[in-house]
Amino acid sequence: MTRIRFQQSLEELKESLLVMAGLAEQSIQRAIEAYRTRDLSVCDLVSHGENAINRLERDIDQAALDLLAMEQPMAGDLRFILSVIKINADLERVGDAAKSISDRVRHMERMAAADLPVDIPRMASLATEMVRKSLQSFIEADAEMARSVLAMDDAVDAMNKAAYKALTKVMEEESHLAPQALNALMISRSLERVADHATNIAEDVIFWVQGDDVRHYKSLKTAPEPPATATAPDPPIMT
Amino acid sequence: MGVGIEVSNLNAWYGTNHSLQEINLNIPGNHATALIGPSGCGKSTFVRCLNRMHETNPVARVTGTVRIGDLDIYKDCKPVEIRRRVGMVFQRPNPFPTMSIYDNVCAGLKLNGYNHSQALDEIVEKSLKNSALWDEVKDDLKKKSGASLSGGQQQRLCIARALAVDPEVLLMDEPASALDPVSTAKIEDLIFQLKSQYTIVIVTHNMQQAARVAENTGFFLNGRMVEFDSTHKIFTNPSDKRTEDYITGRFG
Amino acid sequence: MRDENDLRSKVRAVIDHAATGLAVLSTLLVVTPLVAIFVYLIYKGASSLSFAFFTQIPKPEGEPGGGMANAIVGSAVLLAISSAIGIPIGIGGGIYLAEYGRGTKLANMVRFTADVLNGIPSIVMGLAIYSLIVYRQQHFSAFSGGVALGIMMIPTVTRTSEEMLLMVPHAVREAALALGVPNWRSVVSITLKTASPGVITGCMLAFARVAGETAPLIFTAFGNSNWSVNPNQAISALPLQIYIYAISPYDDLHRLAWAGALVLIVLIVAAVSLVRYVTSRGVLKGAS
Repeated sequence: MTRIRFQQSLEELKESLLVMAGLAEQSIQRAIEAYRTRDLSVCDLVSHGENAINRLERDIDQAALDLLAMEQPMAGDLRFILSVIKINADLERVGDAAKSISDRVRHMERMAAADLPVDIPRMASLATEMVRKSLQSFIEADAEMARSVLAMDDAVDAMNKAAYKALTKVMEEESHLAPQALNALMISRSLERVADHATNIAEDVIFWVQGDDVRHYKSLKTAPEPPATATAPDPPIMT
Repeated sequence: MGVGIEVSNLNAWYGTNHSLQEINLNIPGNHATALIGPSGCGKSTFVRCLNRMHETNPVARVTGTVRIGDLDIYKDCKPVEIRRRVGMVFQRPNPFPTMSIYDNVCAGLKLNGYNHSQALDEIVEKSLKNSALWDEVKDDLKKKSGASLSGGQQQRLCIARALAVDPEVLLMDEPASALDPVSTAKIEDLIFQLKSQYTIVIVTHNMQQAARVAENTGFFLNGRMVEFDSTHKIFTNPSDKRTEDYITGRFG
Repeated sequence: MRDENDLRSKVRAVIDHAATGLAVLSTLLVVTPLVAIFVYLIYKGASSLSFAFFTQIPKPEGEPGGGMANAIVGSAVLLAISSAIGIPIGIGGGIYLAEYGRGTKLANMVRFTADVLNGIPSIVMGLAIYSLIVYRQQHFSAFSGGVALGIMMIPTVTRTSEEMLLMVPHAVREAALALGVPNWRSVVSITLKTASPGVITGCMLAFARVAGETAPLIFTAFGNSNWSVNPNQAISALPLQIYIYAISPYDDLHRLAWAGALVLIVLIVAAVSLVRYVTSRGVLKGAS
């Protein structure tokens, strides 16, 4: 097979991105665990993890830039590298969202517990499921799996809107619970952001695998249907 | 103005070698079309069928139709006539070694009997300006020979020579493959400008070049045309796996 | 290890010097006879050169003095006729072999014929022209001499032209054809013109060869002790005159023969150099 070095570079890039993905997933899961258990030591873990994520984001972008400059990738290879760059950014934002949640948890520590009309754990499990599925679709280069992630975003959006309504009502009617309500609202928003990033990752996977740009399909009225004539390229060699 | 080229059921043989098989293609006028493919795939043979140059080989044979504009070039006219309407630039610059720059440019006209010196001066100047060579040679037109220029300049001289007979189509068989990056860039800029006046067909080994200059690209493999589409599509998301494998360097 | 390498490179240097020495020696061996002949001719013939030599015709046998003026002029006439026959036919043949007949049986036959013609002894050529022209006309003539020499020029000119035309790069031909130039025009105006330095050299080679031929002229031009430029009459020629004087019993004539030989060589060299000079100014101008 020709261009062995180039293909190995593509493989290494993919592996780096998977490491990044692992770190981001771990961050968000720790943040949610911290919320569940109110354990501040887990918040510390999230804070430390943030540095590794940021460093890795820069390394991956650099490696991708080098491949673009030196190897003149075309077609599937070009779409792959472009997707890696974008997924990289989304994963870094997921890490930021995790840090945000863990900061909220620290604040909540100092407040009294409150029973709020919002199901954070359910939102969290949906959001993390979307992240997991979108990353799995990347690993397997499965555009259908990625499309199913796009469909899940609506549910999380709805839950976020409902939380907003319910929590603003609490802040108006039970003003002593306002700090807790505000906190919960911010956590809900962070989780909604995580779901959005998972959606972006899924859209990037579809672009890579099928060459189809399905972003903003609601506002631009571009239907997220698979194009009729596209052919899935061979994914980079996996060990 | 450039005209479109319609190719139907083109087959070509060199002796018993069936080098082109059932080529069907529409090349739009006033556009640049690139033809890519591995060595020996038939793209050079194809281009030579468009101005009947392949017939200079005594064992060459062709069936099928090639229409340039409204003219069936195999039925309606002789090879000499079609070659005045379809110019060609070759891979290695080949200026006439015994002629000055001036004589080189108007060789196509003079050798066909056209001799009005006033008009020739204007044609030479216009052709050299069109091929971005005028400024570099305008003081030495009759003093320097065509062969005394650098490689890149020689190739531009050959382009000027082809343009001087005012063709409608310009065929370029790997015009920049023997040139350094700066000369290549100049030739590519030139092709970009020439598109508005001529139809350009460029055979190239260099895919990045095809991507830079051509609106449409055709991929040839083993004597067949595998895929013909907009350059954008071919290089970001080709339909045929063989095309994808070729342009990503997985073979060939 | 290093010592071995040193020894090997010393041996190589010695061999290199030896080879260079052999090459120089070979060159000297080749050039020496030429120089020797020239020097000897000058020695033997220069003293007999005089104004009279170049302006007078031979005196009747036995009388001293006289010159070879008519022989010089006669040679010029013969060479003009032979060039007019040999060069166009030869170049035409070369063009056919290189441009039109590649690989055909006819071309192979033409080439074979040219090679055989080249090998025919010059005396046989003279006899052939004698029976074909002189016998039928019942008189000797400059024309028949010119024909004999012309035919002898053809093979050299043809083969050299063919070689030189083949050396013109195919790319140059293609460039002309791609401009819509008809094939014949491309051959004449482009290919032939590009090959012309070599073709001219071929013509010069043939010219220099026949300029010194004697045997074919014995039965055709025959020689003439008077002024004559009429192609229908017998005519004198420098090599012929040298021969006649050389076998005569008179010392005076022998000296004239040596002078004639010297003049012949000088004239040939001068003619070739002149053509070289003229064509290098014209054709090769600008082609660096």
